[in-house]
Amino acid sequence: MNVMYFAWVRERIGVPQEEVQSDAATVADLVTELSAREERYAAAFADISALRVALDQELSDFEAPLAGVREVAFFPPMTGG
Amino acid sequence: MTVRVQPEAFDAGAELNAFAVGRRDVGAIVSFTGVVRDTDGTLHQMEIEHYPAMTERAIAGIVEDAKTRWDLKDVLVIHRYGILPAGAPIMMVATASAHRADAFAAADFLMDYLKSRAPFWKKETTADGSAWVAAKDDDETALDRW
Repeated sequence: MNVMYFAWVRERIGVPQEEVQSDAATVADLVTELSAREERYAAAFADISALRVALDQELSDFEAPLAGVREVAFFPPMTGG
Repeated sequence: MTVRVQPEAFDAGAELNAFAVGRRDVGAIVSFTGVVRDTDGTLHQMEIEHYPAMTERAIAGIVEDAKTRWDLKDVLVIHRYGILPAGAPIMMVATASAHRADAFAAADFLMDYLKSRAPFWKKETTADGSAWVAAKDDDETALDRW
């Protein structure tokens, strides 16, 4: 799946997006998997209450299943307007 | 309904006139323009990042929600991204309705939701460096009004 990062999450992880091969069942599982890979992921995902997630461009939550999802995006709370 | 997400500057007055021209079916047009604020004169620039594949869809969803709540004849939303100087318009919302209560309420609702449900992130650069603007708890509780 394509995993995207925005704002300080992008800066902390160091790439705007990447292709990730994963069998994670939920968003939370994917976060655990990425955090175990490298420190930069662990740093970005240290407090997921400070993060939001979108699945295929729709806001979702960390308990949501990933089956069939093509794009996951992680970002801080939005500051539009 | 018009939604535009663009890096270019816009003229809020001209946009409002174009939105209003020729209408005979509305009695009220309300508009809001958001501007890059530099409260203490230290802001070099504001950068707005967004999630292109999601932004217009998210805004359209918010507008659709507003249309189910109020009697709206038309809605305009413009939101910029990229690097903006102090004083530049960031975004605008305009609503047209038969009566002012609906036009005001819908514009207020749209602003609350655009602030915390449309995928934009602001970064301010001052002499001290750059920092992402943090969302306020108030922004989230504002949604409970609706």
